[in-house]
Amino acid sequence: MSTSSAPQPHGAPAHLVVVGNGMVGQRLVESLRARDESGRWRVTVLCEEPRPAYDRVALSSWFTGASEADLCLVPEGFYDGDPLLDLRVGESAVAVDRAARTVTTSTGAVVAYDALVLATGSYAFVPPIEGKDLPGAFVYRTIADLEEMRAHAAGRRVGAVVGGGLLGLEAANALLGLGLETHVVEFAPRLMAVQVDEGGGAVLRRHIERLGITVHAGTATAALRPGGDGSVARMEFADGNGIDTDLVVFAAGVRARDELARSSGLTVGPRGGVVVDSACRTEDPRVFAIGECACIDGGVYGLVAPGYAMAEVVADRLLDGASEFPGADLSTKLKLLGVDVASFGDAHAASPGALEVVYTDQVAGTYKKLVLSDDAQTLLGGVLVGDASAYPALRGLVGGPLPGTPEEVLVGTAELAGPTGNAVVCSCAGVTAGEITTAICEGGCADVPSLKSCTRAGTGCGSCVPLLKKMLADAGVQQSRGLCEHFPELNRADLFDIVRVRQVRTFSQLVREHGTGRGCDICKPVVASILASLGNGHILAGEQAALQDTNDHFLANIQKDGTYSVVPRIPGGEITPDKLIVIGEVARDFGLYTKITGGQRIDLFGARVEQLPAIWRRLVDAGFESGHAYGKSLRTVKSCVGSTWCRYGVQDSVGLAIDLELRYRGLRGPHKIKAGVSGCARECAEARSKDIGIIATEKGWNLYVGGNGGFTPRHAELLLSDLTTEELVRYVDRYLMYYVRTADRLQRTAAWVEALDGGIDHLRSVIVEDSLGICAELDAAMAAHVDGYADEWRAALDDPETLRRFASFVNAPGEPDRDIVFVVERDQPRPARPEERVLIGGPRLEVRK
Amino acid sequence: MTAQLEAPHTTAAVEWHVVCPVAQLLRERGVAALVPGAGQVAVFRLADGSVRVVGNRDPFSGANVMSRGIVGTRAGSPTVASPMYKQVFDLVTGRCLDDEAVALPTYASRVHAGMVFVAVAAR
Repeated sequence: MSTSSAPQPHGAPAHLVVVGNGMVGQRLVESLRARDESGRWRVTVLCEEPRPAYDRVALSSWFTGASEADLCLVPEGFYDGDPLLDLRVGESAVAVDRAARTVTTSTGAVVAYDALVLATGSYAFVPPIEGKDLPGAFVYRTIADLEEMRAHAAGRRVGAVVGGGLLGLEAANALLGLGLETHVVEFAPRLMAVQVDEGGGAVLRRHIERLGITVHAGTATAALRPGGDGSVARMEFADGNGIDTDLVVFAAGVRARDELARSSGLTVGPRGGVVVDSACRTEDPRVFAIGECACIDGGVYGLVAPGYAMAEVVADRLLDGASEFPGADLSTKLKLLGVDVASFGDAHAASPGALEVVYTDQVAGTYKKLVLSDDAQTLLGGVLVGDASAYPALRGLVGGPLPGTPEEVLVGTAELAGPTGNAVVCSCAGVTAGEITTAICEGGCADVPSLKSCTRAGTGCGSCVPLLKKMLADAGVQQSRGLCEHFPELNRADLFDIVRVRQVRTFSQLVREHGTGRGCDICKPVVASILASLGNGHILAGEQAALQDTNDHFLANIQKDGTYSVVPRIPGGEITPDKLIVIGEVARDFGLYTKITGGQRIDLFGARVEQLPAIWRRLVDAGFESGHAYGKSLRTVKSCVGSTWCRYGVQDSVGLAIDLELRYRGLRGPHKIKAGVSGCARECAEARSKDIGIIATEKGWNLYVGGNGGFTPRHAELLLSDLTTEELVRYVDRYLMYYVRTADRLQRTAAWVEALDGGIDHLRSVIVEDSLGICAELDAAMAAHVDGYADEWRAALDDPETLRRFASFVNAPGEPDRDIVFVVERDQPRPARPEERVLIGGPRLEVRK
Repeated sequence: MTAQLEAPHTTAAVEWHVVCPVAQLLRERGVAALVPGAGQVAVFRLADGSVRVVGNRDPFSGANVMSRGIVGTRAGSPTVASPMYKQVFDLVTGRCLDDEAVALPTYASRVHAGMVFVAVAAR
């Protein structure tokens, strides 16, 4: 429709009344005044506060020295001497008569309008709790609020903010600025629950706490109690706890100031706000509403950016334009208390099928999440905490195709990372290619450890370490092939040969004769693995115990809270009902979390060190043995059900899987080894993603090698076809032993096969045609392994000396670590998150002895 | 647990607490211990037989796991690597060698009459 309120260009100017001179109302006036060159509109602005528009977003800077003038948003002289503008400071609107088209003001004046814009903003929501009106309780909205807070805070010590959102953290910043010991009390389980997700909230919280602010998340404020002077002295929580505080700020949200609209019969939204269309027009064509008092597309937006957009729309409409509100982009990037926080697009992955890719670096305090469409092709949104440098680029990509894999987008790739590039190489620590190049060329970094120490790159998830190596190589730095400073010239394969040929039995002998120092967490586990591969008894026997990393040392997998997980072997994934029941009973009796693994077995989480022997006593007695989930060793041989049951199966894949798993169990290598056997070409066991993949044919078995899932997926390559079972076992024996002898530390078979000079053809010539003349040796080595196998857990249980190491504390062996705290989620225990630990506080959840 | 009477060098400023027989410690391996005034500590016996004591809490993960790390050396100094994220700490100074902003608390220790003692500041 045409703007009935718009006057003709040649007549006297029409009259616009703007109710409210906040950030958005001021923006409207400025925008209209700039566009309205022919002076079609005369504007009266009613400003309730005693001062014209100021920057409410930067309110907390008032406490750190910003003056009222610094915050003022009105350009100098803007209202002075302009006959078309009338700013009435300290005068508010008290009634609107839409029929008469008049506004009655707080001075009793009646002002007629041709068009009316409501820009009344919002008021702070104060929860209806006892004591909310006590002296010392404030809201955080206006400069007047700040003045009162400052007056009250003088000579007082502690302040608390109710609300851990954007506004609450701003208010906390203000309290810090006032020199108060500051608490933030948030009802939601995390800070900034609207903008960031759980992981981001946890990282944000650590940053906030580092500033000395105490965070009480998941905590409801129940009441404020007065002290002797009648003002606030204590805040009580719904859980019965509380804190002593001299000052309380409510920053728990805002509500639209829509009372003028209500009293004049305009429709308001279900949660408040004057309902407007996409032109920001209410049901009365002469009345508009903008900013936080407007309900547009069913939403009320508490951010200034959508408000400014609405102001522009109305300015355009008043001049016969056809602008429409483009929809709110709720993307935000802010620096809260010195911490970068950004969220953009669909930050909470609310879109159907949305996928999330998360990078967390607890050390650097950064958290990054990408939300992707269900096909992982389109960026939908994300959250950045601690380092929001990628925000501009990422926000620009929302809705479009990802320019690479999610890893490449956040981690950066060699192509993106030019020598002076700003491309992020280590997204965990936020290190760019340029910084790494500088560290190499000017900082003298000549290896990955020094790069880590100098730039922090590679200290998080480690996925950029290959890129760091490549950048070192590209920069012409000759990298030592040695394992570490203790064996600077020897790699794993060299050490294997030395130990094998010279029959070295101990690490001490090896490092004395062939290395320097006393080893480290790199070389010791490597030597432990070599000694184990060459059959030197139990991995915890004698000096070997000191070489094992914690997983091998406790024959279990360490988890983030220092507890361990337990995985009994279930060969081929086949298990009897009775054994299933035993696993269930053990998990139940020890309070363990259970999860089915990708390798067709069951992982039991949450065991404390001192519980492991008792858990394993039960499992071993029921016929289970170690699953070696903790070792660089054979994990599982996954199988489909095969010809036994499946109408398509052509071979007994389960039977072969069990035979292979029992043959290679306990074999230690440079890295973990996974295998799969499928009973037909449908490949239900996903064998080609394994180090050893076997697929049944009508005539026998096809053998594939060098497959991998994980960070760099790779399909296994066909090594040999239509083998008999006997042939298959022979070639797998040799393949594994050749790998164990020659691969580098932590080199999976995929990378090993790729790195072999001649690749898979070379491998075939060695293990089938015996081109190196070592097949007899390899066969003998595997035979020795198979003959020498013994269950590590049974042996450990039989040795009191070994068992004694499974003590929580050397001087209190059965005493549980009180810092291990679980909460229940979906009927199972899981480690408490930091914010939950605060809640649990004082009396801990009972831990089972 | 507290055994000030037989402890060496007890002074007004320091309390010595007996932890365990030194023979119970594997060389180049650690154990956790509860020490009044220090909480959880990690006690290591080095290759030369000497004992080093640091806090058991891994500052990077927050888990009490330092005692389970691998003992070694870096440039000659005795070290322990966190078993969680593998940062290496100097066992003499407590300093993290991969992040100079981070350190473990260190505690004086003595071996006396076959027992390991750990010193904490008197409360």
